[in-house]
Amino acid sequence: MAHHKLLPRQYLILGLVSLCAPLGDTCLSRGMTTCRPSRWPIPARSSPRSSLPGSPGIALLIGFFASYLTALSWADLTFVLPATAFGNVIVALLSPASGCMSPSRWSAGRESCSSPLGVGFVAQGPSLTERPVRNRGPRRTAVAIGGAAAMTIPALRSP
Amino acid sequence: VLTAAAMKSIGDLDEIRAHSGLKGAIRAVLTCPLFFAGVFFLALAFFSLLFALNHLNLSLVAPASASLTLVTNAIAGKIFLKENVDRRRWTAAVLVCIGVYLLAH
Repeated sequence: MAHHKLLPRQYLILGLVSLCAPLGDTCLSRGMTTCRPSRWPIPARSSPRSSLPGSPGIALLIGFFASYLTALSWADLTFVLPATAFGNVIVALLSPASGCMSPSRWSAGRESCSSPLGVGFVAQGPSLTERPVRNRGPRRTAVAIGGAAAMTIPALRSP
Repeated sequence: VLTAAAMKSIGDLDEIRAHSGLKGAIRAVLTCPLFFAGVFFLALAFFSLLFALNHLNLSLVAPASASLTLVTNAIAGKIFLKENVDRRRWTAAVLVCIGVYLLAH
């Protein structure tokens, strides 16, 4: 069944996804920039004081992951990602505090978030791909009954 | 894609939570092996993001990673998940590619 209209609770979940991810990324960015530069795959060593900005970031990203999983359980992946692209706007708004924003980056942020928003929300497309319903239990029974009937009826008709 | 496939195989979490509570929903997620494969790759992506944030600005890293994720997921969703990626979603992916190009320059 295609969900052409989302419930308010589902909008709330999508809002949480698009809010928690950029806020978490911002907190992590502040935490990671206070660390010494690290060499992959060795993690950066940091003092507890310098890792403090990253802690709420991890909590926010856990919240993002929980709401992301919930959204994926009732919507397509290709619907959830554009629908939550508003997070790029929040990143662009929050990032001047931690990084420099050139005009091209502003336009890129606008481009990358406005198009999915226009496509995902304004067009109100179906959130889930329609698939044939698989009623495992009853259908198997029906097929078995039908198969038995198909086997027995010719047998009855035959002399 | 693996996580999405896992969540599709589990079903609507809201319905599961309504029937068997939050513990039942968590149990349904944690008993799916496909979910852990997805989490492994998500963790890999997360540490790559941390590494990138350690060297580059957030304003470059976050939109670039999100946009590239969107494009690759649109392709993978069409191929592996057999999702109905209609013209609107493809248009979004193309426009996001333009956004990434602007980011790189």
